[in-house]
Amino acid sequence: MTDLLAEALAQVPKADQPLSKKDFTSDQEVRWCPGCGDYAILAAVQSFLPELGVRRENIVFVSGIGCSSRFPYYLDTYGMHSIHGRAPAIASGIAASRPDLMVWVVTGDGDALSIGGNHLIHTLRRNMNLTILLFNNRIYGLTKGQYSPTSEHGKITKSSPMGSLENPFNPVSLALGVEATFVARTIDSDRKHLTDVLRQAAAHRGAALVEIFQNCPIFNDDAFEVLKDSGIKDDYLIRLEHGQPIRFGRDASKGVVRAPDATLKVVDVGEVGTEALLVHDAHAENPELAFALSRLTDPTTLDRTPIGVFRSVRRPTYDELMAEQLERARRVAGTGDPAEALTELIAGRDTWTIT
Amino acid sequence: MAKQVVQVDRVIIRFAGDSGDGMQLTGDRFTSETASFGNDLSTLPDFPAEIRAPAGTLPGVSAFQLHFADHDIMTPGDAPNVLVAMNPAALKANLGDLPRGADVIVNTDEFTPRALAKVGYDANPLEDGSLDSYRVHPLALTSLTVEALRQFDITKKEAERAKNMYALGLLCWLYHRPIEGTERFLRQKFSSRPAILDANLAALKAGWNYGETTEDFSISYEVRPAALPAGTYRNISGNLALSFGLMAAAQRSGLPLFLGSYPITPASDILHELSKHKRFGVRTYQAEDEIAGIGAALGAAFAGSLGVTTTSGPGLALKSETIGLAVSLELPLVIVDVQRGGPSTGLPTKTEQADLLQAMFGRNGEAPVPIVAPCSPADCFDAAVEACRIALTYRTPVLLLSDGYLANGSEPWRIPDLTALPDLRVEFATEPNHDGAFWPFLRDPQTLARPWAVPGTPGLEHRIGGIEKSDGPGNISYDPDNHERMVRLRQAKVDGVAASIPPLEVDDPTDRARLLVLGWGSTYGPIAAACETARAEGIDVAQAHLRHLNPFPANTAEVLRRYDRVLVPEMNLGQLALLVRGRFLVDAIGYNRVRGLPFKAAELVAAIKDVIARD
Repeated sequence: MTDLLAEALAQVPKADQPLSKKDFTSDQEVRWCPGCGDYAILAAVQSFLPELGVRRENIVFVSGIGCSSRFPYYLDTYGMHSIHGRAPAIASGIAASRPDLMVWVVTGDGDALSIGGNHLIHTLRRNMNLTILLFNNRIYGLTKGQYSPTSEHGKITKSSPMGSLENPFNPVSLALGVEATFVARTIDSDRKHLTDVLRQAAAHRGAALVEIFQNCPIFNDDAFEVLKDSGIKDDYLIRLEHGQPIRFGRDASKGVVRAPDATLKVVDVGEVGTEALLVHDAHAENPELAFALSRLTDPTTLDRTPIGVFRSVRRPTYDELMAEQLERARRVAGTGDPAEALTELIAGRDTWTIT
Repeated sequence: MAKQVVQVDRVIIRFAGDSGDGMQLTGDRFTSETASFGNDLSTLPDFPAEIRAPAGTLPGVSAFQLHFADHDIMTPGDAPNVLVAMNPAALKANLGDLPRGADVIVNTDEFTPRALAKVGYDANPLEDGSLDSYRVHPLALTSLTVEALRQFDITKKEAERAKNMYALGLLCWLYHRPIEGTERFLRQKFSSRPAILDANLAALKAGWNYGETTEDFSISYEVRPAALPAGTYRNISGNLALSFGLMAAAQRSGLPLFLGSYPITPASDILHELSKHKRFGVRTYQAEDEIAGIGAALGAAFAGSLGVTTTSGPGLALKSETIGLAVSLELPLVIVDVQRGGPSTGLPTKTEQADLLQAMFGRNGEAPVPIVAPCSPADCFDAAVEACRIALTYRTPVLLLSDGYLANGSEPWRIPDLTALPDLRVEFATEPNHDGAFWPFLRDPQTLARPWAVPGTPGLEHRIGGIEKSDGPGNISYDPDNHERMVRLRQAKVDGVAASIPPLEVDDPTDRARLLVLGWGSTYGPIAAACETARAEGIDVAQAHLRHLNPFPANTAEVLRRYDRVLVPEMNLGQLALLVRGRFLVDAIGYNRVRGLPFKAAELVAAIKDVIARD
């Protein structure tokens, strides 16, 4: 883990002295609604960033538009609050040109999956070196309560008084579908799990998508209550851990196996035995198992919701490949005065002189 | 028998054929030979958007016009002296532009009943006397080429394909052009296919020899080199000059160049060109769409690169919101719009100037953006440097308005001394600027530019965004007075660019003109040629050409008021005229055509006479 983190942040300058949560807290008043899940995420991020040991000035947060996108204002790093849906595109320009920066994108379900869907998939596909925190509250908050691309079918909202007609996106499935190299899911209220997932995302060099279930107390309160209520959450949550058999439920009585038809199936562990259970492999080259796990969830009831790291594989990143091409082109050209080289290039081969 | 050689001062040739006939290549090669011979020249490629439109049809005709002379010329020429028509469609599509007495070289092999019927010829124009007022040179070009290449081990189809080289060889003989450059070019192009190479070289020679020996061509023409100012020259197209201008500006600024772009005609060649120059640290990023192209460029600018995005009209529309963000963030960014016919998809391969108002106003809110427009293909270099200068100095997005004619047209260019270009070095912010704090919107009192503090600079951590910011600290502010102040500051900053640009110059040789012809962008050549012609006929007319459209040069009002009448020719329905009327209360008279082609000098002469006749 620490080796991975060191490798992931090798090009980012290290802080001279230990930093604290306070160092990452800006002087701006936080203006989310009371009870908003964003507060918990902000606190977790502010507390977690110091442990990376990198310089504050080499961290950049870029956001789009929406409640979550106010995030950068509250962190004392470099930041840009951009326009709706475009944060991954803007952050790609930063990450592609500056490998010495640690780039974070903060976005929401509307921002990332609706207006910005195209940028999201291509940023993941290119394996840009950045981490996307997707706050999913399954509703439009800032525009005051319309259904979002992750709202469940039939959702009654201001813009769907008779129920939404649309099937929701599963952001984890989407990211795995474009072969994102790091895909994880966590929950705003589970500070420990959230921080652990952030830690693993930070240790991944390449594009990382972290879906964070986030409660909107005003327009979609308790959307994830079944995953939070200590009385029932264990029946709903599947905690993924690399190298461990996939089992869940009270007393860990349920597990996941591969059925003869190759689909994944939830079974009673007592009936099949522990050995029969699937062992989670987040590092598998093929994202097929991770994808199948993401499909277990019932989008309406949230029954069988895996959290944790679905996939984490190291692949060359866009900036690494770009730097390699630049370096190779320089090597082929040899050393020499760049001004003279440019003069020569501009002149071309067919010239004539008039005296 | 020695053939007669006639001296002429200028020639206009148009090569026309099917999209697959290689007319653009033939034109390019003839242009290269002409350039290295030392003539002044100007070219106009004119091709369909379809890669291979149905063969032999009118929409499939691809043409390349070249004007070359022993003196300084401004345009690709109004009417060709020579038309090379590779098939009936090419003849039919271009005949209307030919003056009486023009030479017409036709490939008779293609004049079959079927090909004639396809373009609506009831009778063969080569036989029915309809071409009697031209000097027609019927030539069985395809069979002559095939015959000349009989000894080579290639298919008949491959032999036929070399007919453009045969035609090129003949034209090179006819106008005393060397062919060595083309031979070199072919050797490089076909280095891995020796049989094809030999066939093309042989076709080129055979065409030359045909001119030398056939009785059909009894006269050849010589156009002496032009007496251009001393210097080393090359031929250059607008897109290439623009690419080099961006690279030169990057070097003069000491910043890495970052191009975020999505392919679109006719701007893609800039992306292609810049992607070749990684050794200079140029990063090109082919984005998933137009919005991501400019988004990445803006992100790179935030992180300290010279950010550029390239597009054409439809793409500019998509980039509008991000340009607005750049206006609000006050970061340097260059947006290149190579204009084409619109609206919507319009005419992708044809030229137009109809994006001026989009460039000027196409954003929500008060979002002023400086606009620079090159006036000739070679001028795209200087205009690109100028756009970068404004962007970097004033920390603002800048629109560079090229167009399809400039992009693909070419002319000789005196290769500049890069060290003589403006010093564009930028000072990034490195220290707190306000009582130990960093205020990202504390402006330079002269330029009103804000400090550019790039990530990685300790102590200057700051957040910027598209929400209105407080004047100075840059924090979110919904204060009414602050918003009004910020809107006016952003406008004042752009207006202030005028202090750094040269005054509008007027060309009024007699000082007696009462009529000013005011243009912008690629119409410079035809307007200048038209003014010269009018003056030669004794008409007093002044010419001024705007390179900066926003802000206008400081003396623009004064210049306009000097004249009784202002004629504004534009390849749109009067966009500059609207600005001039609104801004200066001048009763500008428009001359407006939107045919997808540059103006002809003759039509502008007529427009000038028409305005003068009103008095």
